[in-house]
Amino acid sequence: MFSNFDFDVIQRSWFYLFTTGMKFTLTLTVVAMIGGILFGTVLAMMRLSHNKVISFVATSYVNLIRSVPLVLVIFWFYFLVPFIGAWITGASQPVQVGAFSSALITFILFEAAYYCEIMRSGIQSIPRGQISAGYALGMNYWQMMGNVVLPQAFRNMIPILLTQTIVLFQDVSLVYVLGSVPDFVTVASKIAQRDGRLVEMYMFVAVVYFVMSFGLSTLVKKLQQRVAIIR
Amino acid sequence: MHYNWNWGIFWQESPDGVSTYMDTLLAGLKWTLALSISAWIMALIIGTVIGTIRTMPNKWAVRVANGYVELFRNIPLIVQMFLWYFVMPEIVPAGIGNWLKSLPNASFVTAFLALGFFTSSRIAVQVSAGINALPRGQKLAGTALGLTLPQTYRYVLLPMSFRIIIPSLTNEFAAIIKNSSVALTIGLVELTAATYSMREFTFQTFESLTGATVIYVIISGIALLLARWLEKAIAIPGFIASGSANTGGH
Repeated sequence: MFSNFDFDVIQRSWFYLFTTGMKFTLTLTVVAMIGGILFGTVLAMMRLSHNKVISFVATSYVNLIRSVPLVLVIFWFYFLVPFIGAWITGASQPVQVGAFSSALITFILFEAAYYCEIMRSGIQSIPRGQISAGYALGMNYWQMMGNVVLPQAFRNMIPILLTQTIVLFQDVSLVYVLGSVPDFVTVASKIAQRDGRLVEMYMFVAVVYFVMSFGLSTLVKKLQQRVAIIR
Repeated sequence: MHYNWNWGIFWQESPDGVSTYMDTLLAGLKWTLALSISAWIMALIIGTVIGTIRTMPNKWAVRVANGYVELFRNIPLIVQMFLWYFVMPEIVPAGIGNWLKSLPNASFVTAFLALGFFTSSRIAVQVSAGINALPRGQKLAGTALGLTLPQTYRYVLLPMSFRIIIPSLTNEFAAIIKNSSVALTIGLVELTAATYSMREFTFQTFESLTGATVIYVIISGIALLLARWLEKAIAIPGFIASGSANTGGH
């Protein structure tokens, strides 16, 4: 079964795979996580707003994004971003924004819808008394949110936010459909096709993803036990 | 910067000369639904078995089931598709491998296997969470009535837990429809791939993407309505379902 398994191709390419592909995947994951959590928190606050228009806009956005596959969203933004760029800058030709920026915009906007739901349940888990107490101390809405509700909501939600980030880390592999973005899977599959070593390469990719995701989720589980607030 | 909108494109003839682009999208939709529903049935069966094993008293069985879940959860779906499509035919005996490669719908079969196993691990987690959410007395009462352990699961624990996890199973069904689009990477012309090919022929990028988006939104709307109806229809009085709110995941 593994008689003609060629480990040599992995040995030859692993350094390149990690320094380009995995570096790209991890950078995109971390930056998209930060952007996604920030934008997702704003969306969550909008969804919980008393202003009907604001909450309707945020709710529609989240529901729309959540009912469409990521692959389709990747196509949308890949073609849409150059047009929006041209519209903003007033250029007559679509603006080429580059693979990284295009993928980054896609993942921030897509994952924000998922982070939004996590933050919303985090904010809703804060007892109402905390909000009243904030106002009673003379804080305004933003001071109350920034100093009382959001820090606690973040703390409660850290494990789930990180679990979603592991999902995001795996989702980045789908930029493969564009063919031009140098993420881990795309780079590996190019080497696999060049050398005719699909079996070895894809098994290596699977093992790397498994080890990293499993390691990260084990760490998250440990963290979850540590940050749990005892009530 | 302007873009030439042409919404009439859906009714124009596609390159095959007999059907319109709308038919192309609907043919893609058929593959999406066929793949999602068949993989869903497989995932539900395997997921229930593995999820049940995860709550059994036998420690080794639990470990094997947990290993199964971790294996299929921690590898991205696209990589799993590649493993089934490119790797599996090569590492099984040559006869079976060649038979697999020559199947008329090889990409459908592999996408079905990949999606089915991938989703089964996620359903397994939900099934065991549902069983663990039941009061301990349910199991004790079952055995006290003289039921064997399999009977307790069959008549008491599983029917109860399935009603509890209906909301998360609905989310999972919505997810499997979306995840089926990954099958385009191994050459299945499902809805997203049909959209992409329509775009390549017409260059009406945003119309074709909008067409697919609208279809996906309609399907998930229907799935949501069905789930609400199902939740109400089979609710057990006195047990409040955990609510449809889903936070993370896909």
